[in-house]
Formats: sequence, structure tokens, C-alpha cells
Amino acid sequence: MSFLAFQGSIELGIIYAIMALGVFISFRTLNFPDLTVDGSFVTGAAFSAVLCANGYPGWGLVLALLAGCMAGCVPALLHTKLEIQPLLAGILVMLGLYSINLKVMGTRANIPLVNKTTVFSCLEGTPLEAHAQLLIPLVILIVILILLYLLLKTKFGFTLRATGDNAQMVRALGVNTDTTILIGMALSNALVALSGALLAQYQSFTDIGMGIGMVVIGLASVIIGEVVFGISSLMRRLIAVILGAMLYRMIIAVALEMGMPATDLKLVSATLVALALAMPVIKKKAGFYKRKMSAEGLNRGGKKIG
Amino acid sequence: MVKIEGLSKIFDQGTTNEKLAIDNINLALEAGEFVTVIGGNGAGKSTLLNCIAGVCEIDAGRVVLGNVDMTFWPEYKRSRYIGRVFQDPLKGTAFDMTIEENLAIAYAKGKPQGLRRGITKADLQMFRERLTLLDLGLEDRMKQKVGTLSGGQRQALTLLMATMAEPQLLLLDEHTAALDPGMAKKVLLLTRDMVGEHHLCTIMVTHNMKAALEYGSRTIMMHEGRIIMDIRGQERGEMTVETLIKQFGSRSGTELDNDRLLLN
Repeated sequence: MSFLAFQGSIELGIIYAIMALGVFISFRTLNFPDLTVDGSFVTGAAFSAVLCANGYPGWGLVLALLAGCMAGCVPALLHTKLEIQPLLAGILVMLGLYSINLKVMGTRANIPLVNKTTVFSCLEGTPLEAHAQLLIPLVILIVILILLYLLLKTKFGFTLRATGDNAQMVRALGVNTDTTILIGMALSNALVALSGALLAQYQSFTDIGMGIGMVVIGLASVIIGEVVFGISSLMRRLIAVILGAMLYRMIIAVALEMGMPATDLKLVSATLVALALAMPVIKKKAGFYKRKMSAEGLNRGGKKIG
Repeated sequence: MVKIEGLSKIFDQGTTNEKLAIDNINLALEAGEFVTVIGGNGAGKSTLLNCIAGVCEIDAGRVVLGNVDMTFWPEYKRSRYIGRVFQDPLKGTAFDMTIEENLAIAYAKGKPQGLRRGITKADLQMFRERLTLLDLGLEDRMKQKVGTLSGGQRQALTLLMATMAEPQLLLLDEHTAALDPGMAKKVLLLTRDMVGEHHLCTIMVTHNMKAALEYGSRTIMMHEGRIIMDIRGQERGEMTVETLIKQFGSRSGTELDNDRLLLN
């Protein structure tokens, strides 16, 4: 891999890691398979692009964060108050957000940000200028990592994690799980939207379709991180998610350099995640098949049973 | 202390599967009273506990705890005053969290939650002392995940968690049914100690007839959603498992059919 491609995948990996941490909160901590991500990622990017185009790149990130919070509340309420299944609730919100995202973008499908001042311009004139695209997302990511870790170690954080483990137990201990799910989902989608907002300014455009498959990329990052870097402690799990996101970008970068057409990207992502999810079952079945084959081999070579 | 008045619960109302699970039950418990509940399959024992705990909405009647009418309170709000241990050892704890984290959630019950530190040093010291009382060696495994514990260890831990915040009412739903006899005995003895220590008002559903008479101070028998027998004091003291089963036959007009029933 060329250095340029390596540097690019690290930078992208850092931005996508923020989204992956959001997916980690919903999928892993709350055990809520939230497909809203595909929509809320674009919501973040849309607010970011519109405010950036009007000269407020920093506010673009802040508003994206708030919009993501609100977007995340909707599937949580659909599930807890109206008892719609999590997957379906997410799909409904994702669909609805498509229209909202278009409205935010002024009914344009694409907003270019070429030659606009972005958050990456704030290091201009300092010695760090050349590394702005690496450093700014990195600082944001580290702050989020530390805050998230501290949050998950508070009393509220304990109930948030326990809700995903065993909601019945949390209710039996006097905590309203509707509220913990609501706050957790708001937090999750806030991070997703922030990631979209950063990506919009990083790549200098927002496209209405840029969120397609985002939840799969997030999940891929979480799973790759868990498999490669381990889950022994909470901090390790969070860092594993981040490293997983970077590793995923690198795998994609290598595949592209080896001549994979960019149009095949989503197919490859989907296949990767399907394989990773199926791995425990494949391992089990392979073991059973091996035993069956060796047993049949014995029967053929030796005495017949019965 | 606890008053249940005219409680009724109907499942699948208006369908062909309609079932009157609880039929106009009245039950009053005094402070510190420990009631054991026995009955056949489908007698409504667990449903009664679920109606008190707020897991099921009730169709008629009132549930009053102390001076508070909590008939229309949601489950989580009632839980601040009610401790519970379930039959399934998996239900009472968070398996992917450590023992000390589970205890911290239980200890925080009814206190302001928010962004305080999950566990303080003082908490740890207190958790260790409480765990030592269980005599299961859990005090040396506080950083281990609950998923690594056996069913009996989990039930003992759940019992500790349920009584930690000193509830006004403790509900035990066949909490030893899934355990081997030795462990069941141990958890029952722990139950007696904890109930006695905190002077807790307790309702224990059990499939063990002997335990029903041996533990607690009052025994009620349920059949088809009604209380068909309510004994305490001398009458209860003289009761044996054999006479209890006979009584059930004469009062309900059927044989006692509980497929998990233990006679001794």
C-alpha cells in the first residue's frame, strides 16, 4: 500500500471510528440493532454541509450532534412506547430521515464544499497545518473515547450496560429502561451524525446517498475489532472498535489498490460482515462434519455397526 | 403493611383462550410477615407475584404497600419498594457485567443515579462484607463476570441484590426450583437469614411442600386463582406435608398436580 493510501485510510478510519462507537453503543451495549444509522449519518453530513457552505463549519458539527440526538430518540420511542420491533423501528426512521435530509440540504441531492472554510482550516498558518486532516478528527475521537469510557463507568453507565444485558433485571432494580434506551440511542446516533458531519467536511461534499450501508460498515468495524483486538476490559473493547474501524478502511484501501472496482465495495462489505457473523456457526458445523466424515470412514474400513 | 384487595387478572380476555388467572384475591400482610405460597400448576402463584410487582397490569382490585396505592404504578417504580428473585437464575443478574457492577446497580436503587462514579472504595468494602456472608467465596471474585457463576451462586447473589436496598416487600418466585437440592437448601437458609436480619415482609412461592411449612410464619395455598387455605400459628405448626396434601384434596376437590412438586 502506498503511503498516501495508508495515510488516507488512517484519517478516514478515525472519522468512521466515531460512527463505529455509536454503532457499538446501540448494537453491543443496548443490544438494539439500530438501522437508523444509515439515515442519521447523512443527517449529520447534511447539517454540516449546509452550515459549512454558509461559513459556520464549527456550528455544523454542533448542530449535527444535536440532530443525531433527536434522530436517535425516534426509534427508541417507537420501540419502548409503541412496542415496534427494533429492526423495523430503525428501518422506518431511516426511510423517514431520507426526506428530512433532502429538506435540510434544500432539496439538492449533493452539496459541494470545494474552496469553503472547513473545521480543518482552523490550523492554517500553524506548523501543524499539513496534518490538520489527521489531527482534528484524532483529538475529537480521543475526547469522545475518554468521555464515553467515563460515562460507562458511572452509575448511569452501569444501568445502560445492564439494560442491554437484562432489561428485566434493571426494571426489577427500580430503573426505567425506557429512559436508558432513549438516552443510549440518542447518544449513539449523535456520534453517528458527528462522524457524518466530519466526513462531509473532510471529503468536501455531502451526498444524499452517502449513508447507504453505513450500519454494515459500523458493524464490520465492531466485529473486526472484537476478533482482532479482544474484549477483555471495557477500555480495550472501546479501543478495539476504533482500531477495527481503521483496519476496515485499510482492508478496503488494499482491495481498491489491487484493482477491485469501487462499485463492488458494498458487495464486499456485506459479504465480509455476513462471514464474520456466520463464523461461530461455520466453525461448529465444520467440526460436526469432520466428526461425521471420520465416523463414516471408520465404518467403511472396519466392521459394519448393527 | 401489604394489602391486596379484590385482585383479579384475566389473560387473553375476549378470546377463546380467556383464562381467569387471579380470581378476586384479598390478602393482607403485617410488617415482617413471611408468607409461603403453594399450589398446583396454573394456580396463579406466579401471576399473583407478577401482579404485585407490576409485570402484568391487573384487571380489578388494588395493590397497596405501606400507605401507598401502587395499583397504577409501572413496574420499575414499584421496584423501588419491592425486591424480587426469579425462578430463572439468568433473570436476576446482568451476565456480561462483573459481580461488583451488578451489586452497584442494586445498591443504587432508589438513590439519585446520574453521573456519579459507579463504584466507590467504600462501596467495595461494603460489597465484600455482604458477599462474605453468603459463604460462597464470591468476595474474592468481585471483578469476575456474573456469566461465570453457577445457577446457585447467581441466585444467592440475586437474593443479596434484592435485599440490599432494604425493600418493603420481598417477592420470591420459586427461586430455588432450578437448583440442585444442596444449593437449594443453602439458598433457602440464606433467604431465612436475610429476611430475619432486615425484618422483611416476604412472599415466597415454592414447589417444596416441606420448605413451605418449615420457612416463614404463614402458608397459603392457591387453586384456580383463589386462596383456598391460609394457615399460621399453632394450626400451621401442627401441619405435616401429608395433612397438607389431604387438605388440598378436600378443599379443591382435585389432586394436587404440580410437576415440580417436592414433598420433602
